[in-house]
Amino acid sequence: MDLPTFLVQCLNAVQYGLLLFLVASGLTLIFGIMGVINLAHGSFYMIGAYMAFALAPYFGDWFIAKLLVGVLLSALFGYVLEWVFFSFLYQREHLQQVLMTYALILVFEEARSLAVGNDVHGVTTPDWLAGGFQLGGLMSYPWYRVFASLACVIVALGLYFVVNRTRLGMMIRAGASNRDMARGLGLNIKMLYRVVFAGGVALAALAGMIAAPLSSVYPGMGGSVLIICFVVVVIGGIGSITGALIASLLVGFVDTFGKVFFAEYSGVGVYLLMAVILVWRPEGLMKRAY
Amino acid sequence: MQTRHDWIVPVVAALALLALPAVLTPYTQDLVVKIAIYAVFALSLELLVGVTGLVSLGHAAFLGIGAYVTVLAAGDSGGSIAQVAPLAVLAAAVYALFVGALSLRTKGVYFIMVTLAFAQMAYFVFHDTKLTGGSDGLFMYAKPSWGALNLDDKRHFYYAVIVTLIGSYALLALLKRARFGHALAGIRVNEQRMRAAGFATFGYKLAAFVIAGALAGLAGFLLAVKDGAVNPELLSWHESGAVLLMLILGGIGSLRGAVIGAIAFTLLKELFQLEALLGPLAGHWQMTLGFTIIAFVALLPKGLIGLRARMSGAAHG
Repeated sequence: MDLPTFLVQCLNAVQYGLLLFLVASGLTLIFGIMGVINLAHGSFYMIGAYMAFALAPYFGDWFIAKLLVGVLLSALFGYVLEWVFFSFLYQREHLQQVLMTYALILVFEEARSLAVGNDVHGVTTPDWLAGGFQLGGLMSYPWYRVFASLACVIVALGLYFVVNRTRLGMMIRAGASNRDMARGLGLNIKMLYRVVFAGGVALAALAGMIAAPLSSVYPGMGGSVLIICFVVVVIGGIGSITGALIASLLVGFVDTFGKVFFAEYSGVGVYLLMAVILVWRPEGLMKRAY
Repeated sequence: MQTRHDWIVPVVAALALLALPAVLTPYTQDLVVKIAIYAVFALSLELLVGVTGLVSLGHAAFLGIGAYVTVLAAGDSGGSIAQVAPLAVLAAAVYALFVGALSLRTKGVYFIMVTLAFAQMAYFVFHDTKLTGGSDGLFMYAKPSWGALNLDDKRHFYYAVIVTLIGSYALLALLKRARFGHALAGIRVNEQRMRAAGFATFGYKLAAFVIAGALAGLAGFLLAVKDGAVNPELLSWHESGAVLLMLILGGIGSLRGAVIGAIAFTLLKELFQLEALLGPLAGHWQMTLGFTIIAFVALLPKGLIGLRARMSGAAHG
């Protein structure tokens, strides 16, 4: 492997890892704070991708505007969803939450098939992000992937800022470290849950929207992302955003280079990574630390 | 909870099942076979979820491995049941040993995610490799037989499945009553106390995990023979979710609940796909099923078994 190819693969790995981080951070936050294991999280990614497809005709080249509108819509969706389906689940066992979210996947997939059908769709990249830059003599790297990575970095920094530097972030951290104590001190925990859930949904949908032009938009795309994100959360440590970031990048690299070197068994690499980390640290790399 | 006449219902049900082929149409006989296989599968998970308190979301891996090994071992000639079935069970048990040894180091929600991820790993192995036919799966050209027992014969197969179901039920009922089962129940209630009482809890949990995996492998053997084909979707997490669903539908904590759940889930699925009943909605049965599950979780947290308790409670109160 020559240097330019290696660099391109590294960039791909980072870009994939960052995209995973957007989905996984929501998953880990929802679990860390609300204690809910959300199988439907992959569906939000799928919904985001389909939103990118459905909204495309209205926005044309206003790609950023499309992303913003999509984020708002999905946050609103998450807010309502938490209210209707999740608010009565917190006192129940994990098993019931698994069931509820499993059922939601079925509903979302059917709703998707009713609304847009089962075809595979492509989403075009905006004109101002078309093309790529030269890397070495022969390789070129598409601008859109650069944009995707940058967008994810900006969101990650924003998330870091919100969690560590704002009042809302303080409440989130308090809720994550001790739910009952936070409630005892007068925190409006119901509201906090709703906001966190909406945020998680918006992050996953944003990842889906960003990913839509890179992959195609297809049924079942939520399922594969969900499982990989579980791996990320397990490796990173449940509830830890930093852990999720490290784990996402790790998974990105293992997956990308696994495809290069062991094409036929590439699907397994990520899970072997998880197995190794579990032997070494059963509770993930970062155990509940922000 | 345990009453003296607890054995009557299962025994009557078993006798009824054995007598049924005399009156069944081929379609209903097929349906009973399908339900019985899923009942074995659900029972195997009940040992983990209901008895030991370990919620595994990757149980379909063992079903799928059992099924794949069955097809591979049967080959072109079908092979002998005495070789194929133990091989399927053994393969599932070995993978269960590997997954269990790693995943049992974790707890609670972690355990759910880790079992799911390992099942997905197995899924990718079968999905991506050529030996196992990739995403198309494999066909079974001839079914295994053993002496006079030929699984190609529907009647023979029916009895083989029913006997397996009864055997599994009896085995688990015995395990639950044995010292081993009580130790598992103790772990479910309070693992720390069990450890303090001198039980090597990890070994007990691992044993339960392997037994459950092996039994799921047996269900996989039956499923492969029934369908005459396997594909990677058998190992998918939808299947793992479905079997958890069966347990919850029936009511966790009793073997009977697992069987009732398998019956209820399979019938519901058939029902929602009936065009005669639901018209155009039948094409979208996942939606109906989804909303049914949601209503179920919201209204009946203790499962169908709990319904009876609730109704009699209401009558007394």
